[in-house]
Amino acid sequence: MSKRIKIKKGLDIKLFGEAERATANVFYSATHAVKPPDFMGFAPIPKLLIAEGDEVKAGTPLFYDKKSPEILVTAPVSGRIKSVKRGAKRSVSEVIIEADREISYIDYGSANPNELTRDEVELKLLKSGVWAFIRQRPYNIIACPEFRPKAIFISAFDTSPLAPDYDYIVHGKGDVFQTGLDALRKLIDGKVHLNIPESEAVSDVFRNARDVQINTFTGPHPAGNVGIQIHHVDPINKGDIVWYLNPQDVLTIGHLFAHGKYDATRYIALTGSEVKSPKYFKTFVGANIQNMIDNNLLSQNCRYISGNVLTGRKIEQDGHIGYYDCQVSVIPEGDYYEFMGWAMPGFNKMSVSRSFPAFLFPNRKYKLDTNYHGEERAYVVSGQYEKVLPMDILPVFLIKAILTKNIDKMEQLGIYEVCEEDFALCEFVCTSKIEVQKIIREGLDLIRKEME
Amino acid sequence: MKFLRNILDKIEPNFKEGGRFSFLESTYDAFATFLFVPNHTTKSGAHIRDAIDLKRTMSMVIIALVPAILFGMWNVGHQHYLSHQIVDASFFEKFWYGFLKVLPLIVVSYVTALSIEFAAAQIRRHQVNEGVLVSGMLIPLIVPPDIPLWMLSLATAFAVIIGKEVFGGTGMNVFNPALLTRAFLFFAYPQHMSGDNVWISNQGDAVTGATPLAEAAAGQDISLSSWDMFLGFMPGSVGETSTLAILLGAFFLIFTGIGSLRVMLSVFAGGYLMGLLFNLWGANEFMLMPAHYHLIVGGFAFGAVFMATDPVSASQTNTGKYIYGFLIGIIAVLIRVINPAYPEGMMLAILFMNTFAPLIDHYVVGANIKRRMKRALTQK
Repeated sequence: MSKRIKIKKGLDIKLFGEAERATANVFYSATHAVKPPDFMGFAPIPKLLIAEGDEVKAGTPLFYDKKSPEILVTAPVSGRIKSVKRGAKRSVSEVIIEADREISYIDYGSANPNELTRDEVELKLLKSGVWAFIRQRPYNIIACPEFRPKAIFISAFDTSPLAPDYDYIVHGKGDVFQTGLDALRKLIDGKVHLNIPESEAVSDVFRNARDVQINTFTGPHPAGNVGIQIHHVDPINKGDIVWYLNPQDVLTIGHLFAHGKYDATRYIALTGSEVKSPKYFKTFVGANIQNMIDNNLLSQNCRYISGNVLTGRKIEQDGHIGYYDCQVSVIPEGDYYEFMGWAMPGFNKMSVSRSFPAFLFPNRKYKLDTNYHGEERAYVVSGQYEKVLPMDILPVFLIKAILTKNIDKMEQLGIYEVCEEDFALCEFVCTSKIEVQKIIREGLDLIRKEME
Repeated sequence: MKFLRNILDKIEPNFKEGGRFSFLESTYDAFATFLFVPNHTTKSGAHIRDAIDLKRTMSMVIIALVPAILFGMWNVGHQHYLSHQIVDASFFEKFWYGFLKVLPLIVVSYVTALSIEFAAAQIRRHQVNEGVLVSGMLIPLIVPPDIPLWMLSLATAFAVIIGKEVFGGTGMNVFNPALLTRAFLFFAYPQHMSGDNVWISNQGDAVTGATPLAEAAAGQDISLSSWDMFLGFMPGSVGETSTLAILLGAFFLIFTGIGSLRVMLSVFAGGYLMGLLFNLWGANEFMLMPAHYHLIVGGFAFGAVFMATDPVSASQTNTGKYIYGFLIGIIAVLIRVINPAYPEGMMLAILFMNTFAPLIDHYVVGANIKRRMKRALTQK
């Protein structure tokens, strides 16, 4: 039943600064943060359950969205609430926890998910806050427990630039991973899909997973994007819901059932051309990056990104990693003027068009910065996005439907199947420098509001 | 270049809002960004971006036009001396004659198009769009060498204002602006755009001055060999005569990924197929003209490579591009052969299909929607 899928369109962006398959010996992040804006669809002001100065344990509820009070977001570490940072209009931007050296956990009780009922599994996930790791398509929001999905998808590999290597991260954690899968299987009647790359190197943890459908993928980025995989295996039609997680989230679920605690351990890949020694760090969700990059940078004027360079969010030098991210990218800022840059040969520049000499060196790695390399313009060139979007979707027509707020057209053109990250490459290659991901997000928010 | 940057940084505040010359903001911006790619950094979405921008894209098109421009200049001189039976004119004499003829056309077209674009950008408080650089170069290449300059200027102004700016500038236009220029001249001043006496600059009496197309339309034998026509040794608009020079540009455009291979191929395929059909029909001499002649005479090749491929006025979908190009080829040859009034059909074919490009896309998009609906039904 498993499927083999060959992705033909796309683009692998090869950058300097791939993480070495090694984990830093000791790593301690003094503060951890949980950021409400990481949870798509949450109202700007969530209901806070803690106040500054409170002591929390790993698993203590921090806040919930008023529309879905059953979904709790809990503390990834134990310690003291240091501050609740507010943004515009009193929105909550960060809940910062001063972490204990030794983490203490709330005991949610261990249990074999195979012996529990569906409701018991669900309740355990909701109470411990682990449910927040289950996200859904369409809309890319936390899964709604009221509606069951037709399938759950787990992408066991990431093809984005400098992406973390999940085979390395899950190595030796087969039992916990399987427990996590068992719990997920219990939640739905449909299938759980585990998608792996077609490669000899795939970890046995994934290969030997039981009671799931294992699909194999080949091809360039975005073959590892779960949205692309869903599109090719079991596409989302209007009214369908699909849940998805990444492998470390499955491990967290596994730990919850195996050990009865919310174990928010995350292996974070510190990557990017400006990092002296790019490698992995073992920490918890929402870690502060300062200790990772201290004395570990090659230059000063850098962009710090929680996530990868295509879809990640900009954070400060002492900022915290996003809730769902397991990668930090550090690349040079591009705030310089370039004399006649558009006319020069541009030997060190990367471009998919062959108007730069980059095509002469297909396997070259690049050090790319954050310069736009131009200015925003109206759409002129056509057919560009189609080359990097391996979906049966007409990207520019969908984008124009969103810009004109045409709900019917958005539905017809497949808005339910996409999310920002699937269009990241379109944004990268765009000659007119259109903010594609932002437009897609606006479209998703708009249609979600319309459906409620 | 630090020195230049410093000057710009110093004078910049004068052109920004509240500055003394804020009414020239777009103009300043155009020159400043021409000299320096700005220091803007990504704010949302992808943090890294492809090095290409519209300036690069448009300059690639201009590079692709260079063979046609240079050959066109030489050929203007060549045809001139030929018509005066001066056989010992040197290569440089011919080129120089053509250069002096064509350069004013280029200057007038650029000055007109750019000043309107700058003004329009300023009125809309937009940036100047680079598309005008290509239009400004295309226009001189598709007019006869002796076109009066004021006419060219008027036609360019018409095309840029009515064809482009009123729709909101480059990217929003329905028709190809360069072709609109030609259409304007064609209908407003037909005596300067058709007949046997306009295609050779300052024509002598030694030749008739008829283009191969005109000969064919008149039912005469074409006086040139197909090699001559392929290489471009014939009277005609400045840049359109040499299929070889145009193909060089085409390969460059396709290789760099800027011109659409789909459109170019299907235009040639459509034209050739229609030519073959007429061969089968064979009701008159023109219909019996070998089908491949259609591809190398008149403006067919130039239209296929540089006009039909204009991404803004062409179909946007990949499937649509095949249909769009194919129909251009068919209609161009159809107009040439069937229509009694004028022998060339490429311009009208492309403008006609510009009108229908959104309709083609509409059906391609409709097919995509249907596929999705069907999938939803079969899965349930």
